[in-house]
Amino acid sequence: MRDVAIIGASMTEFGTRSEWIRELLVKAAQACLEDADVSPSQIEHCYVSNMSSGEFEGMTGIPNALAHDLNCMPAYTQRVDQTSASGGAGIYAAWQSIASGTSDLTLLVGGEKMTHRTTPETTDIIASITHPVEYKHGVTLPSFAGLTARCYLEKYDAPRESLADVAVKNHANGVYNPHAQFQKEVDKETVLSSPIIADPLRLYDFCPITDGSAALLFCPRELAAEYTDDFVSVAGIAGATDTHVVHQRDDPTTMGGVVESGEKAYAMSGYTPADIDVAELHDMFTILEFLQSEGLGFFEPGTAWSATQDGVTAIDGDLPINTSGGLKSKGHPLGASGVAQAYEIYQQLLGEADTQQVAADVGLACNVGGFGNCVTTTILEADQ
Amino acid sequence: MTGLEATRYDDGTIAIPSHPVGPDGGAPVETIDLSEYEATVITWTTATATPPGVRAPNHLAIVEFEIDGESARMIGQLTTDEIEIGATVRPVYVSQLRDPEAGIRDPESQSWDGYRFEPVE
Repeated sequence: MRDVAIIGASMTEFGTRSEWIRELLVKAAQACLEDADVSPSQIEHCYVSNMSSGEFEGMTGIPNALAHDLNCMPAYTQRVDQTSASGGAGIYAAWQSIASGTSDLTLLVGGEKMTHRTTPETTDIIASITHPVEYKHGVTLPSFAGLTARCYLEKYDAPRESLADVAVKNHANGVYNPHAQFQKEVDKETVLSSPIIADPLRLYDFCPITDGSAALLFCPRELAAEYTDDFVSVAGIAGATDTHVVHQRDDPTTMGGVVESGEKAYAMSGYTPADIDVAELHDMFTILEFLQSEGLGFFEPGTAWSATQDGVTAIDGDLPINTSGGLKSKGHPLGASGVAQAYEIYQQLLGEADTQQVAADVGLACNVGGFGNCVTTTILEADQ
Repeated sequence: MTGLEATRYDDGTIAIPSHPVGPDGGAPVETIDLSEYEATVITWTTATATPPGVRAPNHLAIVEFEIDGESARMIGQLTTDEIEIGATVRPVYVSQLRDPEAGIRDPESQSWDGYRFEPVE
């Protein structure tokens, strides 16, 4: 297999956008190509990460629409749907296309248009991933989070306030992200007094509903310098699944897909959890930041909450997590989120993260679909 | 009326709901009616932001049955939020758990009746 580099990256502002999915995808794609100074005609493969444009907007066939709008025909196109992990799965697909030698230049664009639908409608579209025995009981992704959070707090005798600390931290990071949906701090009291959404979790434990897109451009590592001096390499990448029926897992507080994909990505890269300088985790719900950081080996099971309270994961901590503000503050346009996670790591490794810059040579992004049902973990490294 | 059924596999494992292949690779060999069983609450929540056709608030729990020395979990609605982890509950039949016509899923694609769990006094 060939080593793979990322030579361009972009993201639109996340939030409530007037553009529809086709326009959102084009904006991120064009910005990414400009970042790498590459012509659309050079693209050989073009992947689109998207969960539900048909359900949200009635617009399907979006990879071909993007190819025409960019005028990158006859590039091969493919839609990648892995629910909320569509972005990470798109990275995996793009990496495969380059590593295998099938493509010498692959564009990945992730996007979702969601905010024109009501919150109950959006919740139902996302909950449509559930098994019939879950769906008929009205089980939603937020309710899985409430069920799991109660279990975690009880099992590890963790204080409810520790989940609020995740929200406070990630909102503080989002203040400095010009692409973030919420560029404002929240204090712990606000989080803890916000309306209950899925007891014990409250409004500020959840990411918002978001429109937006993000893009990455991949090429063989050996060709990267022909395009730019500023690139990063994919050191490790892997995907894994866990049960579709969430209650059929042995331990509700362990996400098997996170553990499996993390272990494989570490093995491929040669890095260990201790080598990771910065991480973007899928904090769709505050509890997920604990579960992923434990599943990825950053902390022992049951200790992520205390590490967070001790400031380990803060921007000035030993392992900054979600310097972008995470999904919690930046927003969560489903198909774009995994791509935007890698955008943040790319910026960090190139030293272009501005006020959020941390010292980083190796970064990790973990993109979670469903409630841990499907996961992709990507480890990026600065040019050695 | 949909029964409250667990599936036993030829390796002895039990799962709710059934899958063509069991958790350890076994083949399904029998179903077990759980409608008269009691279960233990593993965790619970009350969801207030519910999708179209779902009651609000929606009390939910993951419960665990003990069946001939094997355990099997399931998720379901609760009749109340006066509940705690470790509580004993029993199933209560409900003819329609959510409005089939209100959500995104095709009403004909699945059943809509089932069981809620109520605390055993």
